[in-house]
Amino acid sequence: MSTPVVVSCSEVVKRFQRGSGTTLALDRISLDVHEGEFVTLVGASGCGKSTLLRALAGLEQHDSGVIAVDGAPIRGPGAERAMVFQNYSLYPWLTVRDNISFTRQLAVHTRERTSASVEAALGRADALIRLMGLQEVADAHPNQLSGGMQQRVAIARALMSRPRILLMDEPFGALDAQTREVMHDLILHVSNLERCTVVFVTHDVEEAIYLGQRVVVMAPRPGRIDGIYSVPLPRLRSQPMKNLPEFIALKAGILDRIRATAGMQTDVDMLAQLSDRAHAGPAGSG
Amino acid sequence: MQTGLLGPLRQKIDRRSYLVLVAVGLLTPLLVWWAAATWGGADPVFLPGPRQVLQRVQVWYHDENLLDDLSISVLRVLAGWLLSVLIALPLGLYIGTYARVQAVLEPLTDLVRYMPAVAFVPLIMLWIGIDEQAKVAVIFIGTFFQMVLMVAEDVRRVPITQVEAGQTMGASRRELIEKVILPSAKPALLDTLRLTMGWAWTYLVVAELVAANSGLGFAIIKAQRFLQTDKIFAGILLIGLLGLAMDQGFRLIHRLAFPWLHRSA
Ligand SMILES: Nc1ncnc2c1ncn2[C@@H]1O[C@H](COP(=O)(O)OP(=O)(O)OP(=O)(O)O)[C@@H](O)[C@H]1O
Ligand SMILES: [Mg+2]
Repeated sequence: MSTPVVVSCSEVVKRFQRGSGTTLALDRISLDVHEGEFVTLVGASGCGKSTLLRALAGLEQHDSGVIAVDGAPIRGPGAERAMVFQNYSLYPWLTVRDNISFTRQLAVHTRERTSASVEAALGRADALIRLMGLQEVADAHPNQLSGGMQQRVAIARALMSRPRILLMDEPFGALDAQTREVMHDLILHVSNLERCTVVFVTHDVEEAIYLGQRVVVMAPRPGRIDGIYSVPLPRLRSQPMKNLPEFIALKAGILDRIRATAGMQTDVDMLAQLSDRAHAGPAGSG
Repeated sequence: MQTGLLGPLRQKIDRRSYLVLVAVGLLTPLLVWWAAATWGGADPVFLPGPRQVLQRVQVWYHDENLLDDLSISVLRVLAGWLLSVLIALPLGLYIGTYARVQAVLEPLTDLVRYMPAVAFVPLIMLWIGIDEQAKVAVIFIGTFFQMVLMVAEDVRRVPITQVEAGQTMGASRRELIEKVILPSAKPALLDTLRLTMGWAWTYLVVAELVAANSGLGFAIIKAQRFLQTDKIFAGILLIGLLGLAMDQGFRLIHRLAFPWLHRSA
C-alpha cells in the first residue's frame, strides 16, 4: 500500500462485563487503514465488528492497546471520524438540508467565520445534496423520507465536514435488496469522488467484497481478526462483477471461514437432534 | 371488510366523522343529565338541571364576582405550575442526562412523589401560613416531583444514536445538550407540561379548600355550606372547561411548534 496510514489499531483489547464473567469482545486487534482505502469488516454475529467500529469512533473506550489517527492516539469521539449508523440517527426536527449542514452549528467547524468559509459551507451542502440525489427532498423532514433516502441524508451529513475517515455500521442493513444495490454504487461513487477513507461494517459477505478493497474477516469468542483479503477487482466496481469467478471464489472462501469460526456446526447438530425428536413424535418420547 | 361499531384498528378517521363523534361524546352525558334532572324526580338540591346551573353562573357573574374567583384561581395555578416548571426542567434535564445526578436525586424524588401532597398541607400552613404563598406551595408540591421524573424520562427517551451522531460530528457536551438532546426532547416535554398543568388544577382545589377566601375552589366549599348545589356544579364545570381550554391550547402550540410530527398521510 503506497498511501500513508490514516487509522492504526494496535493490540486493541475490549472486554464487556457480563453478569459475573466478562466477554472478550476485541482480543488484541491490530489493523492499519490507509488513506483513501475502503475497508470492510465482516464476520458472524457477535464477533465484535460494531465494538471495533465504535472504538474507532471513540464512542466505546477500549481497555488497552492504541488507536491512532494520523499517528495521534484518540481520546473520545472526534469530528475527523464521522459515523453513519444503521438508523434513527437523523434529527427529525431539522429539514434534510439542515441535517446535512448540522456541523455548521458546531464550534469545532466554525472557528473560521469569514464570509468565504460560510459560502464554501453553503456550496458544500448544496453539492452533497446534488451528489446524493436529494434535491427534491431538501426541504422535507426525515420522517417523510424512505429508509434509503434517510441513509443518503445520513451519509451526506457525515461527509459535510470532510472527515478524515468515514465509519459505517451496517448502514444499509435495514434496506431492501434493490435499494441496497443502488446505495452500493452510490457510496462507491461518492467515496471515490470525495477520496475519503471508509471503514464499513456488514454481515453480508457479498456487500463486503463488492464495496471493499480489503475485506477484514472477524471471528467471535473472543472477537479477533481471522484473516484479511485483498479484493482482486479494480477500484471502480459494477454489478456484473459479482458474477466473475474471482468474486465468487472469494465469497465462497470467506463464507467458509465465517461458518468455520461461527460455531455453526454445533447449531446444525442441534437442529438435527431437534428434528429427529420432532419426527420421532409422541410415540418416540414414551 | 366488516369492521363493526368500533371501526378499523388504529386507523385515522376523517375530520367530519371525528367532529361528529366528539359531539356525540360530549352531548350524550349532557342529555342524560338534563333528562335525569327533568324527569328523574330528584330534589334540585341534590341534582340541579343544566338550566339551573347556567342561571347560577349568570348570577355568579353579575352579583358574586365570578371573574375575580376565576382570575385568582388561574393565577394560583399558573404561579405554582410555573415555579415547578422553572425548577423541574433543568433538574430533570440533568437527571436524564447524567447517570450520577440520576443516582443521587431520582430515588429521593421517587420517594417524595409517593408522599401525598395533601398531607403536606398542615406542614405548609405551619411553615408558610395561609397566604397566597401557601396555595402556590400546595400546587408546587403536587406537581413538581412528578414533573421532574417525567422530564428526566423525556430526556432519556432521546435515541442514543442521535446523541452519538452528534458526538461523532464533534459536538461538545454543551452543544449536545443544546442542539441535540433539548430539541429532540421538546415535543415530549411540551406534552409533559400539558399533563402536569392538569394536575396543577387538581391541587388548586385542594389549596383553596384549605385556606382561602377567594377562587373557584373556595366558592365550591362555600356553596356546600349554603347547600347551593347548582353553584357546586357550576364551579366544577368551570374548572373542567378552563382545564380543557388550556389543554387545547397546549395541543395547538404542539401542532404549530412541531409541524413535522403532525403531518397526516
Ligand atoms: N454494551 C455491551 N455490553 C455487554 N456486552 C456487549 C456490549 N456490546 C457488545 N457486547 C458483546 O460483545 C460482543 C461483540 O458485540 P458486537 O456488537 O461488537 O458484535 P457484532 O459483530 O457487531 O455483531 P452483529 O453482527 O450482531 O451486529 C458480543 O458478544 C456482545 O454480546
Ligand atoms: Mg453490530
